[in-house]
Amino acid sequence: MRVQSSKSRIEKHHIEDLIGRSYMSFCVLLLIVSIVSMVYFVTSKGISTFAIDKVSLSDFFFGTTWSPEGDHPSFGALPFIAGSFITTLLAALIASPLSICAALFMTEIVPGWGKKLLQPVIELLSGIPSVVYGFVGLSVIVPFLRNVFPGQGIGVAAGALVLSVMILPTITSVAADALSALPQNLKESSFALGATRWQTIARVIIPTTLPAIMTGVVLGMARAFGEALAVQMVIGNAPFIPTSLFESASTLTSVITLGMGNTTMGSPQNNALWSMALVLMLMTFLFVFIVRMLEKRRSI
Amino acid sequence: MKAKTADKIATFVIVTLALLIVAVLAGLLGYILFRGISHISWDFLTSAPQKIRAGGGVGPQLFNSLFLLVLTLLITVPLGLGAGIYMAEYARPGKITSFIRLIVEVLSSFPSIVVGLFGLLLIVNIFGLGFSLVSGALALTVFNLPLMVRITEQAFRSVPAQQKEAGFALGLSKWKIVTTVLFPVALPPIITGTILSAGRVFGEAAALMFTAGMSSPRLDFGNWNPLSPSSPLNPFRPAETLAVHIWKINSEGLAPDAAEIAAGASAVLVITVLIFNLVARYFGRLIYRKLTASRRMN
Repeated sequence: MRVQSSKSRIEKHHIEDLIGRSYMSFCVLLLIVSIVSMVYFVTSKGISTFAIDKVSLSDFFFGTTWSPEGDHPSFGALPFIAGSFITTLLAALIASPLSICAALFMTEIVPGWGKKLLQPVIELLSGIPSVVYGFVGLSVIVPFLRNVFPGQGIGVAAGALVLSVMILPTITSVAADALSALPQNLKESSFALGATRWQTIARVIIPTTLPAIMTGVVLGMARAFGEALAVQMVIGNAPFIPTSLFESASTLTSVITLGMGNTTMGSPQNNALWSMALVLMLMTFLFVFIVRMLEKRRSI
Repeated sequence: MKAKTADKIATFVIVTLALLIVAVLAGLLGYILFRGISHISWDFLTSAPQKIRAGGGVGPQLFNSLFLLVLTLLITVPLGLGAGIYMAEYARPGKITSFIRLIVEVLSSFPSIVVGLFGLLLIVNIFGLGFSLVSGALALTVFNLPLMVRITEQAFRSVPAQQKEAGFALGLSKWKIVTTVLFPVALPPIITGTILSAGRVFGEAAALMFTAGMSSPRLDFGNWNPLSPSSPLNPFRPAETLAVHIWKINSEGLAPDAAEIAAGASAVLVITVLIFNLVARYFGRLIYRKLTASRRMN
């Protein structure tokens, strides 16, 4: 009798284990299915511009005129691609030094209360929804730029400023993590050689943690590149390559946001918008790839 | 002497820029709350928006946002827990595991507008769910699931290994250990993370424009039959959320007081996210104390 009861207990456990395991496998499978179908659908729709509407790759990527409704419709997406890259790079240029300083402040200058002060600030900044950033950009940054600089206020500079605040938390938290993970003896030996704090930061700490900081910058750029609504609200949405910082421009995301609702599925214009979504997706892959490369360098 | 001067200048610059960030946040919050709070009233929070006249509110939008949040969490939390536990406890290091890790990484860095377009194509058109709360919730699931997986995995990994070994020593099955030994210890960070991610979902707009829709039908708040088209509980009706509403009135608002409405709605949104933040912290601590014998969180 005793043998039997212990046997049935084992079986119960086995069944339990099996149910748990299959449920978890289902969840993981769902993740895989969602990404595979996403890649498949976006790619198949994005390719139809070139496959069905016979727009050549060079016309799409290097064409500068976007007039999908003209007599001779042309689908040059270069202005939008350029707009996306310019705003993203500018945002990274503004946000990176600020973020690195914030991370240094938290870990090197005043590790105690600096962290207590900045940690909640960073969390709150990353929690503010992007439409609210857009709203503040529209009602504070745009009027300010209009009064101080030539132009309408809306444009590349406004977009880059809004984006830079949005990506501050991403870069700061990654950089701060990297700085606080730095082995203590590196710093100590630098101080022992008589180096000042700044010399230690500039010659020891920053060079050692550079790949990690770059990871943060790339993650921030990925966020800036994909951000749609906040940018759309302040950039002006003119389909031209901007020649100055205070000129209206468009990004891939802002064109998709505005255009997708007004075009019918399957029309050449709609397909061109999907091609831009495909570009966005490929850029995401590229950003993830760069982050992975940087992390590999870090582990050596 | 020169090195010391450089040190002083650098310290000054670093401190100034760090404090500048604090000032930016203070300015942002101050501006949003200062401009918005005077416009928030019970009437503003409950009444329907006006298209052309002044005096509209955000009642349906606020309700839609909260309802959508509940729907999304109902889908993502069980799925995210399952996949996260798998990644933390079951996955063996190898090609498949690192592939899944790559998927989670890629999915979580996808632009939300691409997720929205994917939802528009697959959920709205091919599955035929139309612009509806369900479509929105499913799109947000794609968006939120990798986050949940990460939160769960990190929470389980932070449980001390002795807890698991003690379970094995008692002869428990792995599933029993996961559910009765590890889960209670990992729960506080999971709850904190879930509420924080809920704050993100609450403010999400780009993925919802093309899935949950940009309009809200006339809602009858006395009608609680979930199948009736005018019922607020019907999950198959289009639903404009608060964040989408803010975007819409900023870019195409026709009401004369559009700017005030945008300010008020932004303040409501930010205050709600702040509440999420505070609640997350409070609940994490509370539940840790309830589930374990420990008096404080370490």
